[in-house]
Amino acid sequence: MGRFLIKRLLNMIPLIIGVTFLSFLVMSLVPGDYMSSLKLNPSISPQVIHQLEAEFGLDQPLPVRYLKWLWAALHLDFGISLAYRVSVVHLIGARALNTVILAASSMLFSWILAIPIGIVVAVKQDSIWDRVLSFLAFLGMSLPNFFLAFLMMYLALRTGWFPIGGTVSIDYASLDPWSKVLDRGYHLILPVIVLGSAGMASLMRLMRSQILELKNSDFVRTARAKGLSERVVIYKHVLRNALNPFVTLAGYGLADLLGGAALVEAVMNLQGLGLLLLDAVRSLDIYLVMGSVLMGTVLLLFGNLLADIALVAVDPRVDFSSGGSE
Amino acid sequence: MNTAAAVPLESAHAGAARRHFAKALGREWRIASWPVRMSVICLALFYFLALASPFVAPYDPALQSRQLPDCPPMRLHLSPPSEWSNGLFYTYAMRMGDPVERKFTIDRSQKIYVHLFDRGHLFTTDPSTPWFMMGSDALGRDLFSRIVYGSRVSMSIGLVGVLISFSLGISVGALSGYVGGAVDNLIMRWSEIEMSLPSFYFLLALAAVIPPGLSSAQTFFMIVAIMSFISWAGFARIIRGMVSSVRSRPYVEAARALGAPMRRILLRHIIPSVLGYAIVAATLSVPGFILGESALSLLGLGIQEPAASWGNLLAQAEDVQNLMRYPWILIPGVFIFLAVMSFNFLGDHLRDRLDPARSM
Repeated sequence: MGRFLIKRLLNMIPLIIGVTFLSFLVMSLVPGDYMSSLKLNPSISPQVIHQLEAEFGLDQPLPVRYLKWLWAALHLDFGISLAYRVSVVHLIGARALNTVILAASSMLFSWILAIPIGIVVAVKQDSIWDRVLSFLAFLGMSLPNFFLAFLMMYLALRTGWFPIGGTVSIDYASLDPWSKVLDRGYHLILPVIVLGSAGMASLMRLMRSQILELKNSDFVRTARAKGLSERVVIYKHVLRNALNPFVTLAGYGLADLLGGAALVEAVMNLQGLGLLLLDAVRSLDIYLVMGSVLMGTVLLLFGNLLADIALVAVDPRVDFSSGGSE
Repeated sequence: MNTAAAVPLESAHAGAARRHFAKALGREWRIASWPVRMSVICLALFYFLALASPFVAPYDPALQSRQLPDCPPMRLHLSPPSEWSNGLFYTYAMRMGDPVERKFTIDRSQKIYVHLFDRGHLFTTDPSTPWFMMGSDALGRDLFSRIVYGSRVSMSIGLVGVLISFSLGISVGALSGYVGGAVDNLIMRWSEIEMSLPSFYFLLALAAVIPPGLSSAQTFFMIVAIMSFISWAGFARIIRGMVSSVRSRPYVEAARALGAPMRRILLRHIIPSVLGYAIVAATLSVPGFILGESALSLLGLGIQEPAASWGNLLAQAEDVQNLMRYPWILIPGVFIFLAVMSFNFLGDHLRDRLDPARSM
């Protein structure tokens, strides 16, 4: 296990470097940069712009800039946001936390609902519940995140039961710690429903097909032949085995969750990493874009790593220490 | 003499093949469940919208009725038989009461007749008194006409994108799996980098590369190129895995022993064996392209006004005030939903038919 972890962590290094290089390359292809909008502003003198360019290193050739950025990034210095004039780390930290909270609670929401529903539906295969819920799951999978977000916003506007977008209330800073948590939770309800529902639908379908596949396998027949009750057969024998691909999927679902979160953040005005990146892209704030993409990549890689570790914990047959992760 | 005899024979062959094909299609139709049939009908309808936009759309998508901004959808009424010479259907005109509040009242004194098959449209009215079937936008443009024209973007982006990313994925994946060694290693490491990107974040970053002054057709191809660039890697990896397991099968060995060149082995023996999976995966990845374009356009990074796409039509709803007061601007989202769902149902069905081992 230890060797596997070290190997995986070492594997991440070239990946992260590749990703940063790719995004740096992309950002350098962008016609114009943050300075070009400043240059159009007659109240800013050319000297100031030169000074700014030198300060941010925009006047140097691309490879030099990249190596400089990489070297600084190794020291956890991701440069300064051109638009906000504060360090990128400072900006990203709080935003990434919001996105992680959103993604994690959506995942929790979808798992908590998907697993029991999937079990019930599979056990009562071809019943009316099975048909209706499976069909609804299919609809849920096809409902675009952003459209559902709009619908939820409309619901919030019409009923007034939920906050209309935003991560926290205006008076958040003056609240006591317990109310702060409640306030955040209250603002999370709709985004979590939006983000969690898509994952829930596909997880439910997966759970259902897994259980159906296992229900007719030899070890289940043996368990039944031993005279075990149906409950024990399902919960102790079938479920443990059915959970295996779930855990693998959790890691892969993370990329979708991050992407979906970005859209939902934009529609519902949540102060997360995705919205920050969107603003940065719009204003060509290169270091902020780099920082956000890097942060997203790191979140993704660690999510996958966690999923692999969880897989080892759930399934004793999986042994990573001998071979690779393939 | 010889050729003269061959021609009718060949056309008879073609006729038989056509009949056989039609029969097979009929069989497939009977096998399909009703959601699948609905999906096929829905997609056929959407592609008809895209191909025949000028015919289906009652008005020009850029036509502005300045006196009717943000007008709600108008109800259609059946005319009494005595007025059928004017038009089978009619709707009452709308009058804007308060320009700030944009509150509309129905003017029951003025009937607007809807003419079928008039002036080259499926149905239309006099452009000076439009019938807003699905309401109008802030500039008084007919939302339905814009949705019809927007279907061109959304319905074609999936096909073009899948075509690019899959031909790339199949050829690279097949090559990588068949040749193996250093080439394989290099390609797979590169695809790993692409796959560990948070794809939507990267899509956003890449969308910034699109220069602002491009025409909507150019933007369209930039978006397709970007999304294909992101999505081919995952597909190439799966094809590679399948190919490397197929390459040592006896029939491939036999072809190699007979001295067939690599190109022929790949094209005639290996790629056909993974085609069933490829078709399923292609169908199921169309929604990703549709959603990607919609999302980019929604965020203002894709297709730009005045051109219409289902995504940028929704952008109006990003303003909470608009969403509250003019909820009909969400209708384009229903079209996106239907298109995505139809492709999902179709792909799921194709998986049952073509690739039973993987069906859920």
